[in-house]
Amino acid sequence: MAAQPEADMSAPLPGTDYEHSTSLGLSNNKLGMWTFIGSECLFFGALISTYLIYVGRTNEGPTPAAIYDVPFTSVSTFILLMSSLGMVLALAAIQAGEMRKFRTWILATGLMGATFLAGQFYEFTVFAAEQFNLTTSPFSSSFFVLTGFHGLHVALGILMLLAMWTASMMGRLPQQLHTTVENIGLYWHFVDIVWIIIFTVVYLIPAATTAPAAG
Amino acid sequence: MAETEYDKEHTHPGVGQYVEIGIILGVMTLLEVILFESFDRGFSTQVGIPALIVLTILKFMLVVLWFMHLRFDHKLFRRLFFVGVALALLVFGIVGANFYLGPQIGF
Repeated sequence: MAAQPEADMSAPLPGTDYEHSTSLGLSNNKLGMWTFIGSECLFFGALISTYLIYVGRTNEGPTPAAIYDVPFTSVSTFILLMSSLGMVLALAAIQAGEMRKFRTWILATGLMGATFLAGQFYEFTVFAAEQFNLTTSPFSSSFFVLTGFHGLHVALGILMLLAMWTASMMGRLPQQLHTTVENIGLYWHFVDIVWIIIFTVVYLIPAATTAPAAG
Repeated sequence: MAETEYDKEHTHPGVGQYVEIGIILGVMTLLEVILFESFDRGFSTQVGIPALIVLTILKFMLVVLWFMHLRFDHKLFRRLFFVGVALALLVFGIVGANFYLGPQIGF
């Protein structure tokens, strides 16, 4: 027996418009999301600038080379990057009307995000055990504020992914609403590109430049 | 109406291309880690750090242009994003200049 197309079961109510037409011919929601992302660039730009100013001010606390576990963070980074791949595959699936595949990818993306967040929580716990916390030094304060805010963004993204998955399971996210998935995907990719920068600027470069000379 | 006229006209990359980009991103991350580990074996940071920055910019651009579709989307979205990036770099430049150059010029 052939499967019933799910989009029919969740079709919009007659006369319901999902989006208003604009004079630009663009989606208002997408325009809003890009404007928000543009403003978020400034937000994270300011936090990264602050970190770079204070990275050398460790007081008596540990230096980046002494405290960071780069191999562990590399794995977290890889997982977050792959979650971006999951997100675009989810978008491609809903655009093609493959709702089951969409739900699988969206759930996989959320799980990868949660794994990243769990890794960050573990890292913070290890740091706390080594007396490296928010008030240890200007370096530690700027590190925790930057990575903490990024983690908060990841957590918000996971909630949105779970909301989409739930809506899809309940038949409230038909294929016609793929632009909603695209907008949430934009947010998720933004969180990913911020981490791409954090990984190099916050972890790799300071850990390399504050390490004791080899030999 | 689920999508605007513009949405109907523009196209996104296919699944195969997304997977290719994902593999390239993974390989670039691996290269970053190899570069980082090579510092412990005496590899010059003067060469390695610029290489790390180049890899980061390439990864950033791959995600922005392909996964976020800026390569294929309307130019207004591109402008909104890159104006944000430019302003962030400006803030970075001003803060950096104030912090490092300020004491030297008497601020």
